[in-house]
Formats: sequence, C-alpha cells, structure tokens
Amino acid sequence: MIEIRGLKKNYGQRQAVADLDMKIEEGEVFGLLGPNGAGKTTTIRMLTMLTRPTSGEAFIAGYEVSRDLDRVKQVIGIVPQHMNLDLELTARENLELHGRLYKIPVAERCRRTAELLAFTELVDRADDLVSTFSGGMKRRLMIARALFHRPRVLIMDEPTIGLDPQARRRIWDLIRQMNRDGVTVLLTTHYIEEAEALCRRVGVMDQGRMIALGTPAELKERVGRFVVESLNGGQANYTLYGTREEALRHAVKLAGGVTIRETSLEDVFIQLTGRRVGD
Amino acid sequence: MDFYTVLWREMLVFKRTWWKFLASRLVNPVLYLTAFGWGLGQDIHTGSGTYLDFVVPGIIALSAMTTSFNTTGTGVNMSRLYYKTLEEYLIAPISAVSFVLGKVLAGTLRGLVSSLIILVLGIFFEARIAVTGWFFAVTGIACFLFAALGVVAAMLINSHEDMANFSTFVILPMAFLCGTFFRAERLPGIVADVVGILPLTHASYALRSLAAGGVVPAVSVLALVGYAAAFFAASVWTIRRIR
Repeated sequence: MIEIRGLKKNYGQRQAVADLDMKIEEGEVFGLLGPNGAGKTTTIRMLTMLTRPTSGEAFIAGYEVSRDLDRVKQVIGIVPQHMNLDLELTARENLELHGRLYKIPVAERCRRTAELLAFTELVDRADDLVSTFSGGMKRRLMIARALFHRPRVLIMDEPTIGLDPQARRRIWDLIRQMNRDGVTVLLTTHYIEEAEALCRRVGVMDQGRMIALGTPAELKERVGRFVVESLNGGQANYTLYGTREEALRHAVKLAGGVTIRETSLEDVFIQLTGRRVGD
Repeated sequence: MDFYTVLWREMLVFKRTWWKFLASRLVNPVLYLTAFGWGLGQDIHTGSGTYLDFVVPGIIALSAMTTSFNTTGTGVNMSRLYYKTLEEYLIAPISAVSFVLGKVLAGTLRGLVSSLIILVLGIFFEARIAVTGWFFAVTGIACFLFAALGVVAAMLINSHEDMANFSTFVILPMAFLCGTFFRAERLPGIVADVVGILPLTHASYALRSLAAGGVVPAVSVLALVGYAAAFFAASVWTIRRIR
C-alpha cells in the first residue's frame, strides 16, 4: 500500500532522512519509532508532499506521490502532530469544509458528518466552536476529518501526544476500529506501549536511517527476550539474553537488587539507538 | 468552483463576527471624518467643494486598502504560522488559484463593506459624492489588489512581528501620502513621482474624480487592474512555491 524507495532529504549539510526503504502492506497498522530528530516527521511530510524529497520515490496505492499528487491526495487521510483544526468553526463546519474541499456531494457530506461525529463520540458537541474543545476532543475531530473522504491510508503523526490516559485509550480504540474497517494506518509515536498495543510491525528510525524493522516479537527476539535489570550505585544496567535460563545464570552473579523480566519494545529501542525514547 | 469553498469558510466566520467587524470599522473613519473633515477641514479650501467632499473618497480608498490587506494578510499569516490551518488547504485537492481567489474575494468583500460604511458616514457628515457603478467598481478593484498583496506578504513574511513591520513601513506611509488627505503633487519632486505610481494614489484619484461626477479616469483604472493582476499572480506563485 505504501512503498518507499531510496527516499532522502537534506537540509543544507544536515541529512534528515538518508536512503529510506520500506514497504507497508494493505490493512496493516505500521508504527515508526525513533528519538526526536530521527526523521519520522520529515518522512511523513514527504509522503504528503508538504516537504519535497531531495531524491527517491514514494508510492501510495500505486501512485507516485510527486507525479500523481492529486490521486494520492484522494487516497490518504492525514492527522498531523500539531492541532490544525479551524478554531473559528464548529466541529460540524470543520467536517463540512473538509468535505467541500474534497468535492464530496452534499447528500454524502451530510451522511458522512453524522456517521463520523457518532464514530468519534462528538455528536453532543457538533455545533460548538472547536476553540472550546478539550485536547482529546480535538484529536478525535482531527481523526474524523482525516477519515471524511474515505481514505485507504491514514497517516498519523504522534496521534496521542499530550493526551491523558483515558483520551489516549479512546484514540487507540478508534485506530483499531478503522483498521478493522480496512484502513491501512501509518503512525509515528514516542510511546512504546502505543506501538505495542496497535502495530503489527514497527520500524525504528535513528539519525534519518531505518535501523530495524519487524513485528514487535521479532525485534525482541533479535535483541534477546529477557532482560536482567540491576542497580549499580544509582545507575540502572540492562543486559539482554535469549532465554530465561541464560538471564538467570547472569543474575545470580550480581549483588544487590536484580530483576528479570521479559523484554519490552522500549528495551529494544534503547538497545538499538543507545537512547531512551524522547531523548 | 473550489474557490467558493474557501470563500464559504470566510463568509461563515464573517457572519459570526459581523457586529464586531462593523463596530471596529466605524471607529477609524468617524475619527478621520471628525478630525480632518469636520474639525480641521472647515478652514481648508480645495478650490471646488468642501474639504469633506475632497477627503471622503481618499478615506474610502484608504479604508479599502487597510481592511482588505489586513483581512488576508493577518488571516493567511496566522493560518500559516500559528494555527497551521493552511495545511488543510495545501493537502486538499484544490488548486493554488482557487485557494488564492477564495481568500482574495473574502478580503475584497470585507473591504467593500468597510468602504460602504464610510460612504454612508460621509453622506451623514454632508459630503457630496456622486455614487455610481464605476465608483463601486473602482473600490472593488482596489480592495482586490490589496487583498492579493496581503496574501503575498502573508506567504513571504515569516513572523507576526515582521508582518506588523510591513504594515508600518509600507501600508502606513501609503495611507498618509497617496493623495488621501491632500494632493500628492504637493510633495517634493521625486517623492511626488514615486508616490504618483503607487496603487493607493491611483485609487484615491480615481475615486475622487468619480465622486465629483467626472469622467472615468482610464489611466488610473488600468493601473489598478494591472496591479491587481500582478499581485494575484504573485500570490498564486507564493502558494505554488511551498507546495
């Protein structure tokens, strides 16, 4: 559904994205992980042509984004990282504006507005100005707007950033539900648990490169499925092992507080990038 | 018809903020008319007619400029840098021409409404003005060209502060020098020549001539149309550039 070949973006001397290759299958929820400045947002902006690539190609639903931009625009929906709803309009009017911009006939527009307001649980607030909405409501409305023209691919940049846990769970439910309805989802996230909860496959980016790609289970397998966590003078040490037995053999040699647990995607991330998420 | 969608959004907001707009648009002209027309103007002689007859077309041109420029200038600049709502239009399958046309027409409409307010106020202050179709047409072209200039400025200027600076260094001097309150020919040599080619000078001269019941000033009208076309083309270019 999405295919990226040799995509590159330079800002002067700095390489934001270097030779990126990846493929996302139809019906997948794919997560792009990486520390700040890894090139996730730049990659997403290139897919939506808000940033022009220095070189390389990207295909969405078979259309090359720079050559067939108008077709691409019809098959993708976008939820950017920052809030970009029209605060001077109501929720209903925001959806109406989007529908008109995508040339959706009036009857379909009305039907779709009702459907999506119900889907995102915003019916009660449909005719209130968006400036009075909470962060979670704004996010949900952004998702409703992105889905309005029935895109086959939804691209979400940090869909739950800055939301409280309940609001985040609701967004996750929405993502799962629309994925069941056949929408392919590409999302970037800082939240490891988000990637684990939602994504079939994840790609880890660091300094503009894809350094690992696979299902969360595969990635954990690669670095070791068990972690020995020990405290050494206030500094936590992590060592990863393929089996519980190996981990145990190592753990008994250590003095002080030692924990053995299953590897999380966060451990994979630290192992691969040498940093915590968000650093 | 895509431009209509862009315009539709602007009109929705305009309707919602109509009373605020009306009230804010009344303040400046009432002050100008009181100070320059009624107060100061009683001692000024302009040859034919009162100073009020002279100054009202100038204030209409001035208000057409500031209202139209600010509508698109502030609107698009905020939407690009602060609210980020411009992205929604950039991602949508509509052309740069449609986007610009919608925004510029919205600015033109607001400019025309504020000009109309001054016209009514001017008549209330007993200025004699020949209101004809050409008078409105010229006001409309002036609004259009300044609304297009607003889009260009909004797209090229990268901070709200520099947007305010543009107003201070470009719009404000034009407001005072371009034949609005006095004849620009009175300015010293080269300054008069430079001011003479600026769009607001053509707008105030054309409106003054039409208000006095004179013939359609062809040169000024053509100059205004030329400016409008050039600024419109420039604003379309600024949108295409970032796509």
